[in-house]
Amino acid sequence: MSTSTESPAIELQALDELWFQVSGTLCNLECTHCFISCSPHNDSFGYLSLGEVERRLEESVPFGVKEYYFTGGEPFLNKELVPMLAATLEYGPATVLTNATVLKPQWLRELRAAEERSLYSLEFRVSIDGPSAEMNDPIRGERTFERAMQGVQLLVEHGFLPIITMTRTWDEADDVTILDQFRDVLRGRGYTRPRLKVLPRLQIGAEAQRTQGYADHDVVTHEMLRDYDQSQLICAHSRVVTDRGIYVCPILLDSPAALMGDTLNEATAPFALQRGACYTCYQYGAICTNPSSHVVEQQRGGENDL
Amino acid sequence: MHFAVFGGLYNNYLALQAAIDDACRAGAEALYCLGDMGAFGPYPDRVFPLLRDHRVICIQGNYDNSIGNGLADCQCGYTDPRDNYFAKLSYDYTYANTSMENRRWLRDLPSEHRMEIDGARFLMCHGSPRKTNEFLWESTTSTQFLEKLADDFGADVILATHTGIHWRRELSGGRQFANVGVLGRPENDGRNVVWYALIRTGRDVAGAGIDIQFVPLEYDHQRLAREMRDESLPEEFVTTILTGWWTTCLEVLPSKERRRGQF
Ligand code: SF4
Ligand code: SF4
Ligand SMILES: [Fe+2]
Repeated sequence: MSTSTESPAIELQALDELWFQVSGTLCNLECTHCFISCSPHNDSFGYLSLGEVERRLEESVPFGVKEYYFTGGEPFLNKELVPMLAATLEYGPATVLTNATVLKPQWLRELRAAEERSLYSLEFRVSIDGPSAEMNDPIRGERTFERAMQGVQLLVEHGFLPIITMTRTWDEADDVTILDQFRDVLRGRGYTRPRLKVLPRLQIGAEAQRTQGYADHDVVTHEMLRDYDQSQLICAHSRVVTDRGIYVCPILLDSPAALMGDTLNEATAPFALQRGACYTCYQYGAICTNPSSHVVEQQRGGENDL
Repeated sequence: MHFAVFGGLYNNYLALQAAIDDACRAGAEALYCLGDMGAFGPYPDRVFPLLRDHRVICIQGNYDNSIGNGLADCQCGYTDPRDNYFAKLSYDYTYANTSMENRRWLRDLPSEHRMEIDGARFLMCHGSPRKTNEFLWESTTSTQFLEKLADDFGADVILATHTGIHWRRELSGGRQFANVGVLGRPENDGRNVVWYALIRTGRDVAGAGIDIQFVPLEYDHQRLAREMRDESLPEEFVTTILTGWWTTCLEVLPSKERRRGQF
């Protein structure tokens, strides 16, 4: 068993992304792999208010925050989400992580208009766990594939280009086949230039029951971080606003140690990677940001003489 | 002072020659290139004599770092298998057709260039001042982020490329950020032109401050397309040169930029 004194700490290099846990742990769905065990009844984290989001946006300016992310739970359960996103688009680009099952045309019309007024992009990341109901529904719930696909169609009809994110529940070698299948399915639904992204599975929360959770040796050590590009870890460039304060990352909400303070200023301390989920972050890197912001480490040669 | 700044060349020596001529005609006294000499186009070795003969001051892009150091890929960070397929094709072609001498030259390029002109501190970089392969798109780069870069790096004007689409933002205290675009391929807007920047300072500016003009440049794109076919480069790339629409590596585009394109 590893102790916290052995765990390496990750510095906040720059606060590039500010996340809003905007619907807390409340979700209309109850996916078996949800890494923070969201459900209609899990109110361990609650809704953020529009005032709170506006205050945090202003607070974030001196930190040079580059992008804003909205997550939950299901962000659209928060009735103030539309004005929140409109307000955010005055500060920078915004991305919403949604299951797309509760979208309303009126909201999308307003959001499309807000994005048109703004310099910045509004991105929708829609979670669907495979190109068919057979793959998706056992994980995300009955009829959720069809409902989410209708949500995608609605987004496309309103001029958005949603990024479909799939949590990998298959062998990594099958990625290409599954991506191709999904592209065809989306085209069949009128989404002519589908954007897709595969995410690794995080074995915490409900997912720990679904599979097996992490073994004790699945921890990040100092040794492992030598020559490792730390910017691959969200905690090196992000913090999360919740109704209980600022957390280190959107993954570790279950961990009391991940609560870093009430203000962004208090939340800039380094964070020790003592959790199993940190091990997945370490293995797969930048799992939560958009491809347009994804940066791989610039390798420096040198030993290599030509 | 009056000078020209070029972004990624992507082997497009025809556009480079046209840009050098155009900038000199406009009265530019100095020429700069922000890196990514290779990728996409034909005959990688042809840009180097032009850069040297016209004393273009160059910095290193991610592509140059890869080719120069013999790395396995271009470090653009694509994750989509189709994007990786095309990225690898042009990378392998460029690597195989870049001479040892030119690879060494690429390897030794500096990663940034700083200069003070008429009281303004210029910082030229490839992606961003903090990271060579960071994409700074107009629609995903907040103003406070750019303000912080200008503060942290002590610059009044930051110039970058890497994304392939030009844009500009005014910052506080008369400071500015500009992405100068690229000479390598058109901007995903259905036009054949490529872009670079002409910059004037001091007595070369009509008013006060620093004047940054983006210049649309015509060049013999039909010939480039022919030569790309001669070299068996992918027809997808040729289409981009002929139509002005990007056809590959679209996953890195944010939605606003993506929407303006056709694919
Ligand atoms: S994975 Fe997403 S949609 Fe599913 S329960 Fe969790 S928050 Fe809700
Ligand atoms: S789960 Fe990932 S982002 Fe969160 S603290 Fe651990 S390593 Fe960092
Ligand atoms: Fe580049």
